[in-house]
Amino acid sequence: MSTDPRHTHSPHNGLVVSGLCKSYGPVQVLADASFEVRPGEVVALLGENGAGKSTVSNIIAGSTKPDAGTITWRGNAYSPANPAAAIDAGIGMIHQELKLLPDLSVAENVYVGRLPMRGGRIDRAAMNARASAQLKRLGLDVSPERKVRTLRIAAQQQVEIAKALTLNAELLIFDEPTAALGGEETELLFQQIRKLKAEGMSFIYISHRLDEIAQIADRVVVMRDGRIVARHERADIPVRTVVEQMVGRSVERMFPTVSAPGNDTLLEVENLSSPERSFQNVSFSVRAGEILGIAGLIGAGRTELVRAIAGADPISSGSVRVAGKPVHLNGPAAAIKAGVVLVPEDRKAQGVVLDQTIGENLAIGNFDHVAPNAWVFPKAVQKFAEAGIRRLGVKGRPNQAVSKLSGGNQQKVIIAKWVSRPPKVFILDEPTRGIDVGARAAIYDVIADLARSGMAVVVVSSDLEEVLGLSHRVLVLSRGRQRGILDRSEASNIAVMELATS
Amino acid sequence: MAVSNDASNLKAGELKAGSGAQATAGARFSAVFAGTMGPLIGLVLLCLALSLTTDTFLTIRNILNVLDQVTVLGIMAIGMTLVILIGGIDLSVGSVLALASMVMGFVAHPDYLNLGLPAGIAAALVVAGLCGLVSGLLVTVTKLPPFIATLAMMSVARGLANMITDGSQIVGFPDWFTSLSIIRHFGFLSVTVGLMIVLAVIFAIFLNYRATGRSLYAIGGSAEVARLSGIPVKSLTNWVYAICAVLAGLAGIVLAARLDSVQPSSGLGYELDTIAAVVIGGASLSGGVGSIGGTAIGVLIIGVLRNGLNLLGVSPFIQQVVIGVVIALAVATDTWRRRAQ
Repeated sequence: MSTDPRHTHSPHNGLVVSGLCKSYGPVQVLADASFEVRPGEVVALLGENGAGKSTVSNIIAGSTKPDAGTITWRGNAYSPANPAAAIDAGIGMIHQELKLLPDLSVAENVYVGRLPMRGGRIDRAAMNARASAQLKRLGLDVSPERKVRTLRIAAQQQVEIAKALTLNAELLIFDEPTAALGGEETELLFQQIRKLKAEGMSFIYISHRLDEIAQIADRVVVMRDGRIVARHERADIPVRTVVEQMVGRSVERMFPTVSAPGNDTLLEVENLSSPERSFQNVSFSVRAGEILGIAGLIGAGRTELVRAIAGADPISSGSVRVAGKPVHLNGPAAAIKAGVVLVPEDRKAQGVVLDQTIGENLAIGNFDHVAPNAWVFPKAVQKFAEAGIRRLGVKGRPNQAVSKLSGGNQQKVIIAKWVSRPPKVFILDEPTRGIDVGARAAIYDVIADLARSGMAVVVVSSDLEEVLGLSHRVLVLSRGRQRGILDRSEASNIAVMELATS
Repeated sequence: MAVSNDASNLKAGELKAGSGAQATAGARFSAVFAGTMGPLIGLVLLCLALSLTTDTFLTIRNILNVLDQVTVLGIMAIGMTLVILIGGIDLSVGSVLALASMVMGFVAHPDYLNLGLPAGIAAALVVAGLCGLVSGLLVTVTKLPPFIATLAMMSVARGLANMITDGSQIVGFPDWFTSLSIIRHFGFLSVTVGLMIVLAVIFAIFLNYRATGRSLYAIGGSAEVARLSGIPVKSLTNWVYAICAVLAGLAGIVLAARLDSVQPSSGLGYELDTIAAVVIGGASLSGGVGSIGGTAIGVLIIGVLRNGLNLLGVSPFIQQVVIGVVIALAVATDTWRRRAQ
C-alpha cells in the first residue's frame, strides 16, 4: 500500500518461497520447495506432470494451503486464505483451462464480481471504457462488448490477462499459456510479457514447451517428484540438460531411428477440400513404412485435414485412395474398413471412454474382430485386450478403468485399439499433447514401429521438434493451403516456419 | 441342494476372481447385475422388513400380485434403460402408451373399425414405433436435446390419443385377451408377466453379449469416441428411441388387458415412474452406466414398496412421499459410493 512497487527493484520486494511442503495422505507432493521471483523477471517452472509445479502455483495463488514453509511477498509474510486474498495482495493466476463466462461480454468478464455501479445500475459506459483501456495496453483490438464465446482461444486468454491487470496484479502465474496457441499468438503473448516485465511485473511461467523457455524466461527452476532439483540463473541452457533433470536420468535419445520406407504407395490424397474451406486442394501420398509429418500453425487446417481423411468430417471435393482403391468417405466406419484409422487430437473427449475399462475401450471399434457373429464374450474381450496391452506395453490390466491411466498409457490404449486390424494408414493427431517428456520417447518408439511394420503413418504435431525428429517428409500447411513438402534432409525449423507463416 | 450350490457359486465369484465354474458363474452374475449391489441390498432389506411387519407380504399369492402389478412399469423400464444408457431420456413413454392403446382399441373394437385384436395390436405397435422414430430423428437430425424432443412427443402423442375418440374410453375386449393377464399358467405365470420376464432376459443378453448392445454403452460413455470408432451412432440412437416407444406401446396393450378397457388419459406420469425405476437400479443419467438387472431391481423396489405400503394401510399420498425419498436416497448412496472409490 505504501509505495508503488513497480518502480522499486529491490530483491526484497519480490516473492520468496522457502521450505514449502504439502502431502495428501501418505503422498508427499511437495518437499521443501524454495525459490524466489524478483520484481520484473520471468521464472520458468519446469517439470513433468506430477512434479509439483501445480501444487506450488496453487499455494502461491491461494487455492491450496501448505503443510509447512513460508512465503514472503514484497517483504511481508504472505499466506493467502483463498484466491481472492491472493488477488488482493497482487498475485493472480492464468489457468491452462481458461475460467471465463462464455456468454458474457469481454468487459463483463474483466469486471465480474466487481461491476462498476452507478445509481443502483451497472455503469456500462465506464466498464467498457476501462476494459477497453486495459485491452489496448495489451495491444488487443477487441470490442469490450463482444461475447467471449465468439473470441478465439488466444484472444480469450488476453481477456484473462486484462482481468488480472485491472486487479492490479504484480505477479502473474501462467500455467501452460501457450498449449493452445499458434506461433504468432505465442509471439504476441511474449511481447506482452516483456512489456509488462519492463513495467516491473513478475511472472512464474509453467510450460512443457522447452524451446519457449530460452525465449521468455530469465531464470529456470526444475522440479521432480515434489522437489526442486535444479536452479539455473540463465534460461539458455541446452534442452537436453533440462530434460535429463526433469526425468532424473540421462536421456540417450528422444527419437528412434526410422527405417527407409518401402515402395508401395498406400495413401493417395488428391485435391482434397473441406466445405468450410479449412483446407483446400491438398494433395500428397504416403508410402508403406513412411512417416509423413504435417506441420503448421494453429488454425492452418491440419486437424481438419486428417479428420476428413479418416472420415470424421465431410469433404467438398477431392479423392482419397488407399492401396490404389478409392475410399468413399461417408463416415469413420467406411474409412476404418478401408484401413484408415485416426488417433484423434483430444484424447479424453475423442479417444477414450474414460469411465470404461481398457478392455471395453479396446473392443469398441473392433467388434467385428472380437465378436464372431457379433457375440461379444467377456473372455474374448479379455484375450483381445491382453494382446493389445502386451503389444503396446500399456501399464494396466484389461479390467482397469482408463481414467486411472497416465496420458501416455491412455494414448497407447487408443493406438492398441487399432493396431490389431491391422490398418494400412495410421494417422496420429498431436500424439504427445499433454504427455510427460519422459513418456514421449515411448510413444515415438511406437510410431516408428507402426511404420516399420509396413503401415503408412501420418503425424500431425504443433511440436516442431517432434515432426522433424520423426518424419521422412514434412507437409506444411498455412491457412488451409499446402505450402510444400520438405524432405527430411531439407526440413529444418527455419524452413518449416518459413512455409508455415507464408 | 442345487439352490444352495448356486448361491455359494455366486458368493465365491463376487468375493474373488477364482477359476473354473465358480469364476464363470460369478462373472456372469456380476455382468448382469454390474454395479447393482446397493439397490439389491436395498430390495432385500425392504422385503425383510415387510415380511416381519406384515403376515401377508411373504405369501406366494402376494409375490405374484407384485409381479402382476409391475408388468406395465417393467416393460417400459426396459426401453427406458436403453435410452438412458446412451445418455438420452424419454419423457413421452406415458403418452405413447396411451396413444398405442387407443389405436389398438380403435382398430379392434366392434364399435369402431372392428378389424380384430391382432390387427389392433399390430397397428398399436407400429404407431408407437413411429412416435419413437420421430423422437429419435428430432434428436439425431434436428439436434434437439432429448429432453425437449420427447417433451414435444409427450404432448403430441397425448393429444392424438385424445383425438381418436374425442376423449372417451373404449371398453370391452374379448375374453382371451383379458385372460392374458389373469390366468396363471403352471399355477404362477400369466402371459403378461411371462412376456415381461422374456423381454428382460432378451434385452439383458442383448446389452451384455451383443456387439450392438455393447456399442450402446460406448455411445453413452462418449458419443464422439463411439463415432470415431466406426459405430453408427445416429442410426443406433434412432433405433433405441423407436424400441423404447414400441415397448411403451406394448405396455399399453398389457395395461388394456389388465383393465379390459383403454382410455386416452392412461399412463399419465408413468414416464417419471419409469425413469425413477431405471435410476434406482443404478443407471447414470449422463449415460454409459446401467443394466437390465439393475432396472429389474429398481422396478421391484418400486413395486414392493407400493405393495407393502398398501398392506400396511399407508395412504397413497404418503406412498408418494416415501417413493420420492427412496429415489433421493438410492441416487445419493450411489453418488457417495462412487466418490468413496
